Amino acid sequence: MIRIPCPFCGERDHSEFSYGGDATIEYPALDASIANWHDAVFQRQNICGMQFETWQHLNGCRMWLVVERDTMSHEIRSVRPAHTGMAKALEDET
Amino acid sequence: MSARRLSTGGRVDRSQTLSFKWEGRDYSGYAGDTLASALMANNQRLVGRSFKYHRPRGIMSAGVEESGAIVSIGEGARHEPNVRATTQQLFDGLVARGQNAWPSVGFDMGAVTGLFSRFFAAGFYYKTFMGIPPFEWGSGTGIWMQYEKLIRKAAGMGDAPSAPDPDSYEHAHDHCDVLVVGSGPAGLNAAVSAARAGLDVILVEQDFELGGDFLNQPDAEAEIKRTNLIALIKAVNVRIMTRTTAFGLYEYGVAGLLEQVTDHMASGSEHLPRQRFWTVRAKSTVLATGALERSIAFGNNDRPGVMTVAAAGVYLNRYGVLAGEKIAIATNNDSVYQTAGDLSRADATVSIFDARKEVSHALGEAAERDGITVQLAMAPMNVLGSKTVSGLSLAIANGDDWKAGGTRSCDLVLVSGGWSPVASLLSHRGGKLSWDSENACFVPNTFSDRIHMAGSAAGVWNLDDCEVSGMVAGAAAVKDFGKSAPSMSAPMVGGWENPIRPLYEIKVAGEKLKSFVDPQHDVTAADVRLAHREGFVSVEHLKRYTTLGMANDQGKMGNIIGLALMAEALGKEIPEVGTTTFRPPYTPVSIGALCGRNSGSHFRPLRRTPMHDWNLDHGATMTDAGLWQRPWYFARDGETITEAYIREATTTRSAVGLCDVTSLGKIAVQGPDATEFLNRVYTNPFAKLPIGKARYGIMLRDDGLVMDDGTTWRLSETEYFMTTTTAHAGKVMVWLEELLQVRWPDLKVHVTSVSDQWAGCAVAGPKSRACLAACVEDPAVMENDVLPFMGVIETTLKGGTPCRIARISFSGEMAFEVYVPSDYAPAMMQILWDEAQPLQGCLYGTEALGTLRIEKGHVTGAELDGRVNIDDAGLGKMASDKKSYVGDTLRKRPEMLREDRPRLVGIFPKDRQQTFNGGALLCKADTVSGFGEGWITGVTHSPELGHWIGIGFVSGGHEAWAGQTLVAADPLRKGNVDVEVVSPHMVDPGGERMHG
Ligand SMILES: [Zn+2]
Repeated sequence: MIRIPCPFCGERDHSEFSYGGDATIEYPALDASIANWHDAVFQRQNICGMQFETWQHLNGCRMWLVVERDTMSHEIRSVRPAHTGMAKALEDET
Repeated sequence: MSARRLSTGGRVDRSQTLSFKWEGRDYSGYAGDTLASALMANNQRLVGRSFKYHRPRGIMSAGVEESGAIVSIGEGARHEPNVRATTQQLFDGLVARGQNAWPSVGFDMGAVTGLFSRFFAAGFYYKTFMGIPPFEWGSGTGIWMQYEKLIRKAAGMGDAPSAPDPDSYEHAHDHCDVLVVGSGPAGLNAAVSAARAGLDVILVEQDFELGGDFLNQPDAEAEIKRTNLIALIKAVNVRIMTRTTAFGLYEYGVAGLLEQVTDHMASGSEHLPRQRFWTVRAKSTVLATGALERSIAFGNNDRPGVMTVAAAGVYLNRYGVLAGEKIAIATNNDSVYQTAGDLSRADATVSIFDARKEVSHALGEAAERDGITVQLAMAPMNVLGSKTVSGLSLAIANGDDWKAGGTRSCDLVLVSGGWSPVASLLSHRGGKLSWDSENACFVPNTFSDRIHMAGSAAGVWNLDDCEVSGMVAGAAAVKDFGKSAPSMSAPMVGGWENPIRPLYEIKVAGEKLKSFVDPQHDVTAADVRLAHREGFVSVEHLKRYTTLGMANDQGKMGNIIGLALMAEALGKEIPEVGTTTFRPPYTPVSIGALCGRNSGSHFRPLRRTPMHDWNLDHGATMTDAGLWQRPWYFARDGETITEAYIREATTTRSAVGLCDVTSLGKIAVQGPDATEFLNRVYTNPFAKLPIGKARYGIMLRDDGLVMDDGTTWRLSETEYFMTTTTAHAGKVMVWLEELLQVRWPDLKVHVTSVSDQWAGCAVAGPKSRACLAACVEDPAVMENDVLPFMGVIETTLKGGTPCRIARISFSGEMAFEVYVPSDYAPAMMQILWDEAQPLQGCLYGTEALGTLRIEKGHVTGAELDGRVNIDDAGLGKMASDKKSYVGDTLRKRPEMLREDRPRLVGIFPKDRQQTFNGGALLCKADTVSGFGEGWITGVTHSPELGHWIGIGFVSGGHEAWAGQTLVAADPLRKGNVDVEVVSPHMVDPGGERMHG
């Protein structure tokens, strides 16, 4: 069981979270070309090692997070709110 | 007479006699016994039959590694197969029997399969199922099926009860600083060290008593040490869990524990679960899980009366049972000499056959003083006797080989092939083991991730060293917390005076021996060699081909022997062949414990609407809609469901009907950018939706397929009330949150799920306005100009209940949805019902709702199944070409634009008298096979049309099939019915009724 340190709630079991996807995808503009959208939606790396991925703290604060996780060891190197404004607000608080 | 209880000695309480039944006969034991020790005290040596060959089996160990005394406990629904007699605590009234034997373990008809054992060698199943000679003759035929049944019956592991499990189970959670697994000399000391430093420590012990190997010592000194250590751990508030097995270790210090709460009681308490499944999150973990003694492969080494040396020591010193009177001990290491002395002092005649060519004088002299004869360079070759041991034929060293060396009579054969540290939990975490050739065992490597091995689990053999090892591990755990701890050097691996002689199998030229490697799965040394000959040389292949180590003991005793034999066959060293990776669980975990309370009606959460009881009081029969319970139909005076829903749909179309729609998802969308947000999320324009109006909207996924539909009401400049389908309520909420937090952080919008805050009722039918007008405080708000089609108002019901009303229609009639704060739900229903009755109205459920929407061709989750795009659903008009929205681009990719995509259609039976089924495939009349041209998602009787109708998808839509007959193919239920496809808008296609 992975334990994820939610920046708002603290360290919790991963069963409280739901996995999103690749956090490095930059989604194109809504009217971008089919080729651009195809790549954003369907093309994924299969990384062995550290990767950035989104998780939502579904059964907690419901915050979307960017988690840096090692796919081999499940080691989590960093967690931050996906929303930059929320990240800053939490930082300012501490 | 061979095994017997001694009049003194051991930890059992001779003043507390416990009665139990074994194989239908009454026996007795003492408090503190296990079932195995009590059986042995009663000289019951034959306790089961083996899995494949039905060979007689007895008690082989005194712990979790047991592979012989696998028995069934309890009766009726509480009958449990595959229980290790060696770990089952004895209780008064316990009922047990042997397994895989009929009519009894003593006389087993199934033993004839042993005569055919050459057919049952390794790979038998694979060969049989693959159809390799000589068995391919029957493959795939009825004969073969019968024959397979017979084999399955013969090869079994007890019987599962067929009645539902009457016991309850619990899931529990905990946290601690340090989890110590094992309460032997190492574990107790580790717990003391960690807790003294102020850390919160949980100590788990699978046994019912704390102490581990302290419990098996003959001397009073060990007991004093044990009692002192237990007093210490209690004084420093270590939390103690006995009868609890750490069965798995996971990332981040998470451990899975199984607590056997009432398995040692005759009748479980109604207030206690039978077992508790614990998830413990520990910041550091100490594994003091001990070591297990291995056997050696030699002829008939599975006979009742062959066991490990340590086991005989445990039965003697812990349970006061002498396992035999004339004992032959076969060993290759020093560890047996102490036990041999204990047995000899208990008046047994003991001979040691030590495979080593020399041992120190001290060891030999001590043995002689105890009256033990020691013969070096000798090993066991073959056990004599069938259901009991009558003697042992021996092998004498002949260079590096063995030759036959005479026979000794004996009634007990004890074996020690060395010791294996229990490193399963470390292995679960990916910890690696290294082969220690000096001690002939795998020892755990140091592991960085806050896991510390201690005691014999770390390969430390002597009890005093194990205590030190525990202190060192405890100190290491303390240092994990950045605290200082006394520095001590860890004891060296090993600790025997004389080196072990690695020995895994005794082979003597010219002797055909049945030598077992894994007795529980009946895997022999010959099977391992067969696997090698047939090319299954990797450890993982060997395991699967022979099933070595795949019984419920997971090869705790046999795996190393199998590995050694494969290494020999390959001419390699053991570490070159590798070790198998251990996976959870360490010992079996019952399915009941895994389920916990999530069984029966608690299998999943149940959601009831706030008018649930009101619906029931008014005659609702409920149905499941996802997690929700919704009214299905409201039968009157003995109506069938069909009669009820047809009446409800008819009444709704002719007068007025009320339907609980609370389960729809409801989301408050608020903020200055709410309009822009909705305009991006929905395919249709929301930028100009006036305040006080609702709009039906479709949202797509990124890939252009439909995600959900629903209405969204504009309440103010910056606030919207969105409804979603019941099925997708959660998914839509997550999606909106993702868009706002991850993709468009610049938008100032907040979304809040208000599904539980608002209760909703649909009021539908030509008299719906009249009904509602009578319910609101100000009837004028219901006028057509105040509340036109798609209009929204916030007003109050009579009596002052605040409500939101929108004039929207799912049924195709003039209709409204009324929402009130959830607590007012029954009050709202009563007000509406009081006014609906004089108008000859009715209550309707999901079945009639289905009728109304199918007649209109309105889609639900059954149609929006994640494969459908907006054009497929017949809603292409809803896709704006004046703005961009999520899914806009990819809905236009070539695959989405194919003309022959399945499109939403209505379906009529060709013969209007006929019915057909949802789920049927739509096929061309001449090709009723394959995937067909489409499928049916819903059917109903249409009171409006007077016959059965359906909704579904057909390639190219209804225009492509105009005038043609298709077949609704449903071979498993109804057979094939001729149908025609029509426009999905089967009733009032112009929508005049809802606009009127
Ligand atoms: Zn959180």
